[in-house]
Amino acid sequence: MAQHQVNYASSGGLPVALTTVDHLVNWGRSNSLWPLTYGLACCAIEMMASGDSRYDFDRFGTIFRASPRQADVMILAGTLSKKHAEFARRLYDQMTEPKWVISMGSCANTGGMFNTYATVQGVDRIVPVDIYLPGCAPRPETLQYAMMMLQKKIRRESANMKKNKKQNLRLI
Amino acid sequence: MRKYRPKDNVQAKAYHTDRFYVVPTVPKEDVSTDKLFSKHLETLKAKVDIQSAYIQIGQLRVEVNHKDNYKAIEILKNECGYEMLTEMSAVDYLAQEGKFEIFYQLLNLKERKRMRVVCKIEQGLAIESVVPLYKSANFAEREMFDMFGIKVNNHPLLKRILMPDDWEGHPLLKRYPLQGDEFAQWYEVDKIFGKEARDIIGPENRDPAKIDRYDTKRFSRVGREVPFGADISEGEPETPIEYSETFFVNYNAGTKQLDKRK
Amino acid sequence: MQEVNRLTPFFENLNFEREDNTMVINFGPQHPSAHGQLRLILELDGEKVVKAYPDIGYLHRGIEKMAENMTYNEFLPTTDRLDYIASTSNNYAYALAVERLLGIEVPRRAKVIRTILLELNRVISHLFFIATHALDVGAMSVFLYAFREREFAMDLMEDYCGARLTHSAVRIGGVPLDLPDDFMINLREFCDNVDREVKITYNALLEDNRIWRMRLENVGVLSPEEALSWGCTGPMLRGSGIAYDIRKEEPYELYDELDFNIPVADTNDSYGRYRLYMAEILESTKILRQLIVMYDETEPQLMAHAPRYISAPKEEIMTQNYALMQHFVLVTQGMRPPKGEVYAPTESPKGELGFYIKSEGEPYAYRLKCRAPSFFHTGLLQELLVGTYLADVVTIIGSTNIVFGEVDR
Repeated sequence: MAQHQVNYASSGGLPVALTTVDHLVNWGRSNSLWPLTYGLACCAIEMMASGDSRYDFDRFGTIFRASPRQADVMILAGTLSKKHAEFARRLYDQMTEPKWVISMGSCANTGGMFNTYATVQGVDRIVPVDIYLPGCAPRPETLQYAMMMLQKKIRRESANMKKNKKQNLRLI
Repeated sequence: MRKYRPKDNVQAKAYHTDRFYVVPTVPKEDVSTDKLFSKHLETLKAKVDIQSAYIQIGQLRVEVNHKDNYKAIEILKNECGYEMLTEMSAVDYLAQEGKFEIFYQLLNLKERKRMRVVCKIEQGLAIESVVPLYKSANFAEREMFDMFGIKVNNHPLLKRILMPDDWEGHPLLKRYPLQGDEFAQWYEVDKIFGKEARDIIGPENRDPAKIDRYDTKRFSRVGREVPFGADISEGEPETPIEYSETFFVNYNAGTKQLDKRK
Repeated sequence: MQEVNRLTPFFENLNFEREDNTMVINFGPQHPSAHGQLRLILELDGEKVVKAYPDIGYLHRGIEKMAENMTYNEFLPTTDRLDYIASTSNNYAYALAVERLLGIEVPRRAKVIRTILLELNRVISHLFFIATHALDVGAMSVFLYAFREREFAMDLMEDYCGARLTHSAVRIGGVPLDLPDDFMINLREFCDNVDREVKITYNALLEDNRIWRMRLENVGVLSPEEALSWGCTGPMLRGSGIAYDIRKEEPYELYDELDFNIPVADTNDSYGRYRLYMAEILESTKILRQLIVMYDETEPQLMAHAPRYISAPKEEIMTQNYALMQHFVLVTQGMRPPKGEVYAPTESPKGELGFYIKSEGEPYAYRLKCRAPSFFHTGLLQELLVGTYLADVVTIIGSTNIVFGEVDR
């Protein structure tokens, strides 16, 4: 991680008017991702810790919004229980396009250590996920790395949403 | 033929039990060793009949008939000063005896003493609520009903509390499997998408560490995007899409160069 | 049959359209100030709450059932996830219950280390309380200040056990690791920092702040009789005037040798509870300073000597044959405690956290019940929220300091 440098010319980080509309739109979308405050369990505490002064999350241009209509990214942090699954899907549906999902922590990825009757075994049974983030609980730096990876993924996308092939087509 | 596994207790069991192993018990002391507890026991014995009473790990454990639970707890609250009900739940002994064992954990703040009132109840019978005496029993009895199916008479709102309202089955019974029966396994799919989505979404993956014959050819490609539906039986396909930045280091020349294969 | 992706609100047992004047709103499981996954169904008459129904269970993970299928040592990291803000306090409560069941005595150095970790977790939890409570009420900068101190505390925990949040820092019978070399120096510096921050920053920002006082005084008034009846413990009980702290009344670990006071508030409202939490942070740093001095006088034994239940230290396992055999059996089969039951109450930062373990002599617990303080505090919300305004609902939920990992287990 210490060797990480952003190569401005290739990753689209410079605020310079670029050649195609795609670059411009993706630059805007990736540098101001507004997450939905969707902390469920212990990973929520690490998400909050990634927003505090040591691991500042605001420098990515993120503002945590509580309403799904105003959010771009849904960071599912924590265990999704079966009672809650309906509401997670409802919130995902209420988010406006373009939207992405980061699944944070092992409970959200695969059900984690809770291999029981009441836990959804992986949030990708309910919503299509873009980035999976392992850890229990993942460090705040890991969440920020996932956010950077999501930013790179967004910069690859085309501004015409229909051309983006979403993963997990079955759930759209 | 597969081995017969009894269905009334499907929890995990030790794979090896020694034939000659004698189970020790936690030492029990007689109630007369503690003055305060013997006083409380005498007050209780006068009105309720007690099936057994002893002290274990510094706490008094009294067993009463399930019909007398309200009366016993009322006496303990009003006359012996047990002001708080800290906990209340049940233990499932249906496989061994056909009964549940319900316990109430009481605390006397002034004398700093804790005691437990235990009663055995058969399946299908209901127990009297102690909510008029201690309001903390409100949620605790609801949880007991939700987890074991033991109904409580005269409870203000006996509804499922931890499981969803339309859940079938009582999870903490010994005959309920840890990973849930069929209703539990498909609950979220049925609720959100409907029964038709069961084939589309597929069953739960309850063994994420599963190794099959393709395992030696798969390597974790962290930071690379693998398209959905790609065949990974022979190893993940080489994709040009990579999200983590790597550097190529030339140790002889001492240069570092960014990997540009994005 | 339900349709796919329905967006109209449909809750099975509630009718949202009413003929009378009250409005039913849903303070849903996803809410920035719900402290986790609390769903409150509030019936409002104008702005006043007429009826409140807390709906919990959105984080139910089946932890008690997992305990019936795992050996005692295997289950210890799962207890971390109950009160995930102060993880070591739940690990310790579980380890204490099992140790009382086994009847073993923990060596002195392990006791010192455990008490240090417990008090450090108390400071972490109280800092988190003030951060989120202030954030909900509106004082957002206190969140950043408190989290800054909390980061230092989590650095200390990370130095010790490697994890910031879910520690698993104690084992049944002692602690697995000794303290690193510079831990005491950092701990002393941390205590000084926290004392200074509490006295100067948080108290200056909040204690005499007119807005804070107006929002917290006479909000969430809980009389002592109600508190006892609802099973409130910890700061909720002490905030109503009843001075019962398990560390003083039924001492465990080294609390009977340490010199500390129990703050008690006599105004039964949220402001008294807030001042109680601040005073408890100062008491915890006082305890930590005494423990730093006590550490050097102990012998370096970290785990209890009970070969039937607990493995030998690693040096012996790697060199002695019988120790290796016993360790193998204990890890694969699990230890078999005697038959009996135990309820061990401890004072966690939220209240009385206790584990009821019933064992039948098998390596798996026959029944494990976790007595979580937040469960009963959530039940209390049914009565506490009636008659308050909607803005006070958020203050009261923050003031009761509930964590949903514990409530739903």
